[in-house]
Amino acid sequence: MSGYSADTRIRWTEWLPWVAAGAFFFLLPEYLSLGARILIFILFALSLDLILGYAGIITLGHSAFFGLGAYTAGIVSTQLAINEPFVQLAAAAAVAALLGVATGAVILRTRALTLLMLTLAITAILLEVANKATWLTGGADGLSGVKVDPILGFFRFDLYGKTAFLYCLIALFLGWWVVRRLIYSPFGAMLTGIRENTTRMHAIGAPVYWRLVLVYTISATIAGIAGALLTQTNQFVGLNVLGLEPSGDILVMLILGGVGRLYGAFIGPVVYLIAQDYLAKQYPEYWYFGIGTLLIAVVLFAPGGILGLMDKWLPFFKQKSSARASAR
Amino acid sequence: MILYVISVGLSVTMGLMGFINLAHGVFAMAGGFILSTAMARFGVPFPLALVAAFVLVSLGSIFLEKTLYSRLYARGELSQVLFCIGLILVSMAVARLIYGNLAAPVFLPDYLRGQVQVLGRDFPTYRVYLIFFSSIIILSLWIGVERTRWGAMVRAAVDNRGMAQSVGINTKRLFMITFALGSGLAGLGGALGADILPVQWGYPFEHLVYFLIVVAVGGLGSLRGPFVAALLIGIADTACKYWIPALGAFLVYAATIAILLWRPQGLFGVRT
Amino acid sequence: MRLTRLIVLAAFALASSAALSQTVKIGFITSYSGLNGNLGPYMERAVRLYIKQHQKELPPGVKIELIIRDDTGPNPDKARQLAQELVVRDKVDLLAGVIFTPNAMSMAPIATEAKVPFVIMNAGTSVITTRSPYIARVSFTLWQSSFPLGQWAAKKYKTAYTLVSDFGPGHDAETAFMQAFKAGGGNIVASVRVPLQNPDWAAYLQRVKDAKPDTLFVFIPAGKTATAVMKNFSELGLGQAGIKLIGPGDITTDEELPNMGDVALGVTTMFHYSAAGDRPANKAFVAAWKKEYGANETPNFLSAASWDGTAMIFEAIRQQKGKIDPDKTMAIFKNWKFANSPRGPISIDPETRDVVQNEYLREVRKVGGKLANVEIETFATAVKDPWKEQQKKK
Repeated sequence: MSGYSADTRIRWTEWLPWVAAGAFFFLLPEYLSLGARILIFILFALSLDLILGYAGIITLGHSAFFGLGAYTAGIVSTQLAINEPFVQLAAAAAVAALLGVATGAVILRTRALTLLMLTLAITAILLEVANKATWLTGGADGLSGVKVDPILGFFRFDLYGKTAFLYCLIALFLGWWVVRRLIYSPFGAMLTGIRENTTRMHAIGAPVYWRLVLVYTISATIAGIAGALLTQTNQFVGLNVLGLEPSGDILVMLILGGVGRLYGAFIGPVVYLIAQDYLAKQYPEYWYFGIGTLLIAVVLFAPGGILGLMDKWLPFFKQKSSARASAR
Repeated sequence: MILYVISVGLSVTMGLMGFINLAHGVFAMAGGFILSTAMARFGVPFPLALVAAFVLVSLGSIFLEKTLYSRLYARGELSQVLFCIGLILVSMAVARLIYGNLAAPVFLPDYLRGQVQVLGRDFPTYRVYLIFFSSIIILSLWIGVERTRWGAMVRAAVDNRGMAQSVGINTKRLFMITFALGSGLAGLGGALGADILPVQWGYPFEHLVYFLIVVAVGGLGSLRGPFVAALLIGIADTACKYWIPALGAFLVYAATIAILLWRPQGLFGVRT
Repeated sequence: MRLTRLIVLAAFALASSAALSQTVKIGFITSYSGLNGNLGPYMERAVRLYIKQHQKELPPGVKIELIIRDDTGPNPDKARQLAQELVVRDKVDLLAGVIFTPNAMSMAPIATEAKVPFVIMNAGTSVITTRSPYIARVSFTLWQSSFPLGQWAAKKYKTAYTLVSDFGPGHDAETAFMQAFKAGGGNIVASVRVPLQNPDWAAYLQRVKDAKPDTLFVFIPAGKTATAVMKNFSELGLGQAGIKLIGPGDITTDEELPNMGDVALGVTTMFHYSAAGDRPANKAFVAAWKKEYGANETPNFLSAASWDGTAMIFEAIRQQKGKIDPDKTMAIFKNWKFANSPRGPISIDPETRDVVQNEYLREVRKVGGKLANVEIETFATAVKDPWKEQQKKK
């Protein structure tokens, strides 16, 4: 069981991801669209880590917020002809937050399987709605013709994805900042308490339920923003942002990186998406096989994910005073 | 009805072992493939192929249980969920490698094809047969659980494992047998349903939601629960698609949410 | 001094070799997995067969490099990503292929922005070609087949029920058929749109049976889905109840007929290509296919379209001597005519960049012990996409 300290100073290792992102931008200009995709999923993974790793809520329905944010951003453009990127982003965040607080308030009274089922049912319903409401969402054809104005009037979303990459990077930075502050605050400490021993938290009078709803809503908002970013970089939304699959994917990415570690959310998507980009194209059957086996191996032998492994092998990186969750 | 046969095994497994086996669809898929291969490749007649599906999947599940699942009993739900996702992915890849992209072709024996007249309306023979067969399975299960000693042991272990163990019940072996039974039933269900729910490599993920719904709504650990749930869902789904095609599966999900909120432990589940 | 001369020589050599050897890169996106994942190879094989047979017609020093990608089914998100990578990373000169409409739609803006000609070899929703000036389609549109079918059906049947998959092509087929059928005096009893993936056919078909129409018009993605519908149609006894099954040729595709079995006998369809067509060009095409890929293999409409598309690309390569300029290429595409396609004479309409071809009325019959789409009559010649024709009048 890890201790928790209020040391909020940023360790030098925490700047590495941003340096790496910068290097990526300059060294690999042809892969920027993949890079933007990775950044978006890191943001998504962060939002999931908030409730999974820190609050202990297992969900298979997080794609609901991601997808809702994605579609909102798109629909704002196609139906309301509002192409200003920040407005689209804000709209997506607001709608996702709304769904987050609405569903959270209702379903967070349940636990375990019931909760899991409810999250799944919600994303399934959204998928069904998106599928049927062709006039709004494009249905199975997807929502095309989404327009995004140049950011601040200058930076156009170009084919190479330069603008998209930097845009997502900044969004990710802000999201990371928010999440990090949250985790290192008394609020974060309480989340850890809820995760580790709910009964005792109730006993000491902590408003468990409302805190959970709050963190769930925050997580939903961030996921919604990530979804909107996806729509804006592609100028397109398809049905595959909703349903079981993206939820499962992001869960796998997070586990791979390491749950409850903040940076697991960074490493997981990077490894997963790069591997997928290369392997899935060459050997689609073997891709599933490989990723499945890897997952099983991780669960059985490396419960802390990649970061957990790094802990064992590279004590140098071990954070002594950090709000790290021990793996279950 | 297929849903029931497949899901009852899941309900028992989850209720008994507290293990969220999302990979249950894998066993169903395996059953479907075994049936198809047995009939197409080896010319095995339909009823025998069904038996083969049941037996082979049961045996296979025992192997999996011993090697992999048993390590995860003590671990948290998250690990179990992830393990199952991993298992699903691996099995999907294997299925694709062996069977390619196509659905397993199923050629029903002639006596099961066509239509049959029941109460003045035409019904597809096969579906009538399915209802009939599933009812027999339910009956056997019910008798098995309610009336036999083994059933009593299972129920005891579900209710209170510690007590059951101290009374001398070998829970480990019980789990293994029950898991095998549950998985075998899944295989049987998959095989039976192969004509209606085509069996192909994406099967475990595609139908996962439905299996889970049946189990969650029915209630963990109960036998009647999934039956009622599957019945309700099946009827609601078909009726909805018949009367209001525009709503489709929407109703099923909405109903699930409503039921789960009203009774989080499911219709017949045991409140812990 | 010596160094400068060396450099000049090297540059000269490089330049002349570049002039001598030109590689035309074609980014080929189709489906090898997912819904209709078995159809991708039919397109790829046709392209490769054409290249193999017509290799010598290429200008000297010009090679073709085919870069193949799997869009895993109707996944517009993935298709767009693949197209972007092909254009940015692999720097392809042309994009080609695409089975599914949603995929083509999401790729269109990329073709426009990068100015890469995009030859569509299947996706059949009418509106696609309007989405980018760099799109040329050699395959077909649902209107081309469903509209004439509606005209034909109105003369034979009084009432019809339509059942289509809920996506672009399905909507097109439904609208086209309904319009023509009603204009011909027919009455549409009801219309239903079913989900693209895994719908429960029994429920829908039972409803059709209860409505007792004279004919049932169906459009679903070609291949496995069609077989499922056929089976359910037969199992529920709709044929015995006197309901005739009709639709565009997508419902009885040549490669799937053997799997459907006798259930498919008598189904009437309207389409631009049948492997059983007895044109000399088609006979040669089918023979070459069987020789290359096996006596039990048959080409289908996707193969025919891909074959023709490759022919069109070859024309562009020949005229430009291997240097693909996007706008010149589009000009060549717009004026392309091909009298010897396996489907009969085809051409591209310069106004819409869409294909113009004949439509044949066919029936599934047993020929030589095997099921085939026998072309009963050439129902219409040089059919332009009716939807776009109507748009012009507005």
